[in-house]
Amino acid sequence: MRSVRRVRAHARGAPHHHDGADGPRLLAGHCPACRKPHFPSAPVCPYCGADGCREIHVGPAARLCLYTVVHTRPPGYRGEVPYGFGVVELAEGLRVIARLTEAHLDRLRPGLPMRLVLEPLFTDDEGRPVLSYAFSPESP
Amino acid sequence: MRPVYVAGVGLHPFGRFAETSVTALGAHAVRAALADAGLGRGGFQAAFCGTVYSGVAAGHKVLTALGLSGVPTVNVEAGCASGGAALALGAAHVASGRCDAVLVFGMEKMPRGIIRSSFFEPWREEAGLAATPAYFALRAQRLMLESDVRLEDLARVSVKNHRHGVANPNAMYRKVLSLEEILASPVVCEPLRLLMLCAPNEGAAAVVLSARPVGARPVRVAAAALRSHHAGSVLGEHTPLGGLAEDGVPTPTEMAARDAYEEASVGPADLDVVELQDTDSGREILSAEELGLCARGGGGRWVRASGGEMGSRPPVNPSGGLLSKGEPLGASALGQVVELTWQLRGEAGPRQVPNARAALGHTVGRGANACVVILTR
Repeated sequence: MRSVRRVRAHARGAPHHHDGADGPRLLAGHCPACRKPHFPSAPVCPYCGADGCREIHVGPAARLCLYTVVHTRPPGYRGEVPYGFGVVELAEGLRVIARLTEAHLDRLRPGLPMRLVLEPLFTDDEGRPVLSYAFSPESP
Repeated sequence: MRPVYVAGVGLHPFGRFAETSVTALGAHAVRAALADAGLGRGGFQAAFCGTVYSGVAAGHKVLTALGLSGVPTVNVEAGCASGGAALALGAAHVASGRCDAVLVFGMEKMPRGIIRSSFFEPWREEAGLAATPAYFALRAQRLMLESDVRLEDLARVSVKNHRHGVANPNAMYRKVLSLEEILASPVVCEPLRLLMLCAPNEGAAAVVLSARPVGARPVRVAAAALRSHHAGSVLGEHTPLGGLAEDGVPTPTEMAARDAYEEASVGPADLDVVELQDTDSGREILSAEELGLCARGGGGRWVRASGGEMGSRPPVNPSGGLLSKGEPLGASALGQVVELTWQLRGEAGPRQVPNARAALGHTVGRGANACVVILTR
């Protein structure tokens, strides 16, 4: 298997996704006090400040809420343009901002079933593909 | 708490000034505000400088250049609301009796194009999750899906603010644009067209606050409220990666507006003139809703009923707004305060709102921060 690099929060930081035997999941957090989910996973709850949040795996199923297409390369971006960009809602009551694999607006609509995928973004200096999470329309 | 008055205002026009340093931009505005207030060295006891991109001790450099250093000087960064945050700090120093007069100023030289912000971690930029106009676009699409805002309404806001901007010699763009021209401009991120977005640029503004009423029509800072966000909204100005499906949390603008209206004992219906955050034309509609200038979800109807036009009540962005002026972050909120002071003094020239007595300025952005300032006379 080819070695790949994942886009990480920092060199030794946790990536926000997990690639398991049953496919990719996002790493979200669940608060023991207010019981609300958050993304990405964090030890302290962003809503109530409680400690001891536990990591949960969410996805891969989602529904599309909002979407647009980015045509101009934003600063620091290393992938291809155009690319889709939107908000999806997960079953756990979370909404997530993410890349969309589909950049044609006429193939996107509110409520469209989506699936979490890992998508190659660019190839790093050592020739390894760098992956990021994204959402793709569920194949019909 | 003592009342706080605007003793003097000064502005460096907003635009692009390749030959002028950010220090010189700030010095221009500070000198104008102090002259307007009739004050010089020794006339103020503290200085607050709002800026984001100007580097270390930016405000100190302005005061050094003018031989005004020596007073306590604080540089304030709060994203798009930096100038508003500086004003809130300055007003508190006067209201509390700690200072009799303070200098508040802000300046900026913004990089060109899509704003690069150290707010985003490098991985987010690499992954394309730091595309600021795309966030604006999703917010505009949400307005369109959840209320009856139409694409033409977004264009109408831009038509209005560009028409207003023609009368403002301190604005960057002073050209009437038609609905068709705006709709035909290149799509940046659907639904937003290029002419529905403001340009980051350069400029400076300064305000002298005093415990002493000044002039025939003294302008009072009736409120300067600053709030940050609550977590929960995936489209919040803190640009999170995630939020809740049930995101009924109040926005920073709603919270700052509530605080400001209460502090000033003024309601939206009392306002004679408003300058609000119009980073993009969808943002103006959302700002109007959040400030209570129209009903929640009623922004589309408000635009189609000529809401915010000169002659309506209240006119919104008679200066032309950020869409005409451009947005130099640190100077943006104080530029509104300068403009609104001129309105309340009756010195706004061709863009004067007749007999304006209560004015509101609003900025919101990265952090997230929102500032609402209410001025009265």
